[in-house]
Amino acid sequence: MKILIVDDFSTMRRIIKNLLRELGFNNTMEADDGSTALPMLKNGNFDFLVTDWNMPNMEGIALLKAVRADPDLKSLPVLMVTAEAKRDQIVEAAQAGVNGYIVKPFTAETLKEKIDKIFERIDAQ
Amino acid sequence: MDNDEERLTRQLDLARQLVGHLEVGNEDAASNVIRQLRIPYERELFDELGKLTRDLHEALNSFRGDSRLVELTRDEIPDAKERLHYVVSMTEQATHRTLNAIDEAMPIAESLHARSAELTESWVRFRHRELSVVEFREFARGLDVFFVASGEETERLRSLMSEIMMAQDFQDLTGQIIRRVIRLVHEVEENLVGLIRLSSARMEPSRVVQSANEAEDATVRGQGPIVPNTHDAVADVVSGQDDVDALLSSLGF
Repeated sequence: MKILIVDDFSTMRRIIKNLLRELGFNNTMEADDGSTALPMLKNGNFDFLVTDWNMPNMEGIALLKAVRADPDLKSLPVLMVTAEAKRDQIVEAAQAGVNGYIVKPFTAETLKEKIDKIFERIDAQ
Repeated sequence: MDNDEERLTRQLDLARQLVGHLEVGNEDAASNVIRQLRIPYERELFDELGKLTRDLHEALNSFRGDSRLVELTRDEIPDAKERLHYVVSMTEQATHRTLNAIDEAMPIAESLHARSAELTESWVRFRHRELSVVEFREFARGLDVFFVASGEETERLRSLMSEIMMAQDFQDLTGQIIRRVIRLVHEVEENLVGLIRLSSARMEPSRVVQSANEAEDATVRGQGPIVPNTHDAVADVVSGQDDVDALLSSLGF
């Protein structure tokens, strides 16, 4: 399971990377915004994307839309981990095809729960 | 040149008339000539005054039109202060959270260290066949207790370290808030520069107002964390992960 973590704050990337390692996901890579993440996703054979929303250049929502619009990436599971808490934004992310949405600050349990749920759903399909 | 000469001849002519009128004591005619003599200077004065009035009017209008500056002072600055207060309290909380975990973890680590040192000492004596039967029984009981306790305590240490790690999320959250305030400070600066330009002699129109408007239509852009007691409180926001889950499940998730 190869996971890409996208957040403009390196501290948050480290936290998510550590949490994923605790959950048994050791193969992770990092990107600091959507515009660096997208080329990595295109060539990287990633199985899962964890992304922030509020980032310079290309925001997480734009990255999500770009992923869904790309024929090779469109079925990539995307989990949004963000401080954005407006209902409109959550609805927009849902409509853009996000697989899970976590608001910061979050707990290790929430992350595990959402990831489990995403894979349960994928396995059920 | 022709105009100037014409003007001079005319003025000379008027002056001669004035002297003539004064010599014969015709006051009415004299003051009439004086009025005519003044006309070109008055016109220049009125022209200048008119221009000044127009400039002042325009300056006042564009200052009034730049309501962004008013908005910034009235709403955004107090809002930014509230955000910075929130950053202070968030960083304070994160530090306490970290220090609390350390306060709990440190004695556990120290006690584990002390007990393992004690047991090592007994173990060495046992290897040298220096333990009596009674002492050995006590050593074995001590080992039993230690194995169970160390398993629990190291697990507790692991969870405290994880707590310390999660407390570091403040850097991201406060960072987003501070960046937002920096953007505001930058905008205030641009507006002030615009104001100075406005009040200086060269009446350049300020382009600042436009950049302020660009930022406004970006509701769907990232805003950073919701800060209590600010404009954020008015927005339709979720109160936590449970709220997010409820909203998503209402959307068929």
